[in-house]
Amino acid sequence: MAMGKRARFQSQWLPYALLAPQIAVTLVFFFLPAGQAVYQSVLIQDAFGGNVEFVWFDNFKELFNDPLYLASFKVTAVFSVLVASLGLVISLILAAFADRVIRGANVYKTLLIWPYAVAPAIAGAVWMFLFNPTLGIVAYWLKLSGVDWNYLLYDGQALLLVVIAAVWKQVSYNFLFFLAGLQSIPKSLIEAAAIDGAGPVKRFVTIVFPLLSPTTFFLLVVNIVYAFFDTFGIIDTATNGGPGQATEILVYKVYKDGFKGLDLGGSAAQSVILMIIVITLTVVQFRYVERKVQY
Amino acid sequence: MKSNRSNFVRGFLAAAMLGVAAQAYAVTEIQWWHAMTGANNDRVNALAKRFNESQNDYKVTAVFKGSYPEAMAAAIAAYRSGNAPALLQVFEVGTATMMSAKGAIKPVYQVMADAGEKFDPKNYVAAVASYYTDPKGQMLSFPFNSSTTVFWYNKDAFKKAGLDPNQPPVTWQAVVAAAAKIKASAATPCAFTTGWQSWTQLESFSAWHNVPFATEQNGFAGTDPKLEFNGPVQVRHIADMQDWVKKGYFTYAGRKNEPEAKFFSGECAMLTTSSAFYGTAKQNAKFEFGVSALPYYADVAGAPQNTIIGGASLWVMGGKSKDEYKAVAKFLSFLSRPDVQAEFHQATGYLPITMAAYELTKQSGFYEKNPGTDVAVKQMIVKTTDKSRGIRLGNFVQIRDIIDEELESVWSGKKEAKAALDEAVRRGNEQIDKFAKTARQQAP
Repeated sequence: MAMGKRARFQSQWLPYALLAPQIAVTLVFFFLPAGQAVYQSVLIQDAFGGNVEFVWFDNFKELFNDPLYLASFKVTAVFSVLVASLGLVISLILAAFADRVIRGANVYKTLLIWPYAVAPAIAGAVWMFLFNPTLGIVAYWLKLSGVDWNYLLYDGQALLLVVIAAVWKQVSYNFLFFLAGLQSIPKSLIEAAAIDGAGPVKRFVTIVFPLLSPTTFFLLVVNIVYAFFDTFGIIDTATNGGPGQATEILVYKVYKDGFKGLDLGGSAAQSVILMIIVITLTVVQFRYVERKVQY
Repeated sequence: MKSNRSNFVRGFLAAAMLGVAAQAYAVTEIQWWHAMTGANNDRVNALAKRFNESQNDYKVTAVFKGSYPEAMAAAIAAYRSGNAPALLQVFEVGTATMMSAKGAIKPVYQVMADAGEKFDPKNYVAAVASYYTDPKGQMLSFPFNSSTTVFWYNKDAFKKAGLDPNQPPVTWQAVVAAAAKIKASAATPCAFTTGWQSWTQLESFSAWHNVPFATEQNGFAGTDPKLEFNGPVQVRHIADMQDWVKKGYFTYAGRKNEPEAKFFSGECAMLTTSSAFYGTAKQNAKFEFGVSALPYYADVAGAPQNTIIGGASLWVMGGKSKDEYKAVAKFLSFLSRPDVQAEFHQATGYLPITMAAYELTKQSGFYEKNPGTDVAVKQMIVKTTDKSRGIRLGNFVQIRDIIDEELESVWSGKKEAKAALDEAVRRGNEQIDKFAKTARQQAP
């Protein structure tokens, strides 16, 4: 094929053909299931699909009349804010220190990245074993020191446990990006500031953090999505959404009502709502937060 | 074009007929999806193997599909895409869902009648079989593994606390007295805990005291039952238990079987949980333990009645071929054989499902050699009443979750017993209504 220096497609269809696999994957794995969820959310049906009835928005009405569903929003909000903020702050601190360390830097970095290789369900199980009131070693220490530790009974403790597990798992990922971001900041800028008499804290606040803002913004979006969806495995293995519904975040309720409760219509309606929330959050983040980002 | 198509149809039909003819000579294979883990998984495989070796016409393949809810969800998905297994193990709380799935299932009595297998529901232990029987007395699913709620206690801890290790508490009043002594003497850090709180402390508790759990014979007699486990007897018990939490007699340790670990580790001296805990207890407990009947309130008229089963039954799925149903029928007959049943009962701690298997086990002297193994059986082999036969509710899985949530709020002191049970009844009834909506057009 004759080609100039610039890649240019001779035929009309070739670009489409090259894009087709990507589009096909998106259609099959994203749009089709999403469409299915929307369709099922306006139906009620028994588990075996033998009796399907179109009910317009009854499933949604029912959800918004259910105080427990509304409570799940609150749990999700508290949980996501805690996970995202703690995850970002801790990993930024760790990255800032790891960036300054000279001896053994690689060891620190490697160790800090490890938790990311752990699957969420395993992370949940590990923390559950540490803190389980019957089996856990940390629970044993807590009891020795006089703490009435029983996350199966106390809401706050359960929420604390899943937040710790979720943050622990995500810190590595955030750490990696922050570290890369820090290392890409030109040393000359920081040296210039140091010569002008700015201390480490001042340099961080006025130079490093603003230059890190694209990374921080990216991580904010990723962490919110993570808290909303990927923490499912942690919740499932550590608390099952309990006690009461203290750790039942929206995505866990979708699973519980759909797969355990076999209420497909209600569960589909919940996932549609969840979809809308995440789309809205992402749009808001890109429209408003991104404006403050300096690339 | 036209002749082409009819040729094709003819050829296809011929091939299909050949296929049918060939099948008559080949082994008919059926799939059995189950949710048994650990040692019980091995027992299931052994049963399939033994059946396959006992004859040459049929082959049963046992497939493990995860936990009970997972196996059920998998089978539902498979049914919707046309690949359901012939035989499916479903836990007891899924019974109403399966029953209302007309077309998706084929009742066991019909499978047996069509295949010409001898089958008499009267041979089965009433309290077990009736859980899976329709109002006409016809068995819809085949009781496979059933257990019931019993009381476990640590004999060594009893001795340390100055209690008679051979006199387990019979009533709840006696349990409290024992708990007080255990606590005072610090024989163990925790006096009492319970597994499966909804099942032991409300479902079985209600039947044991012959008080209703729901209207319409706990859902057996109709499709629109209303929950009523917020009656005075249940409220009294849950309020008592809340008091035990405050006094440090009762330690809450989880919704399912997690509390069992607290018993065999020696941390808790008394436990109410499934009789199928026997194998685990025997394997793990480093002390002498005893099993006895579930405690009751002596001043409640009609107590003790009988307790309610937990466990699972086998459902035959719809849309299979005649040969496959024949294979299922043969296999179910095999499972009913007294020797097969007795062996399964003795190895697993699950209840025998036929009286013949119970008699056989008794004659073999098994109960004398293994004291406590007959407690569960004795709790079950009495004539059941309308209030004690079992519980059949739509969306029972969610109702149990709701009960768990409300009970947790009682144990943590957030709610009073009466308020929590009222709320559980209200929320549970919503679930029943919701279920009735989806199953409405299929009601018989």
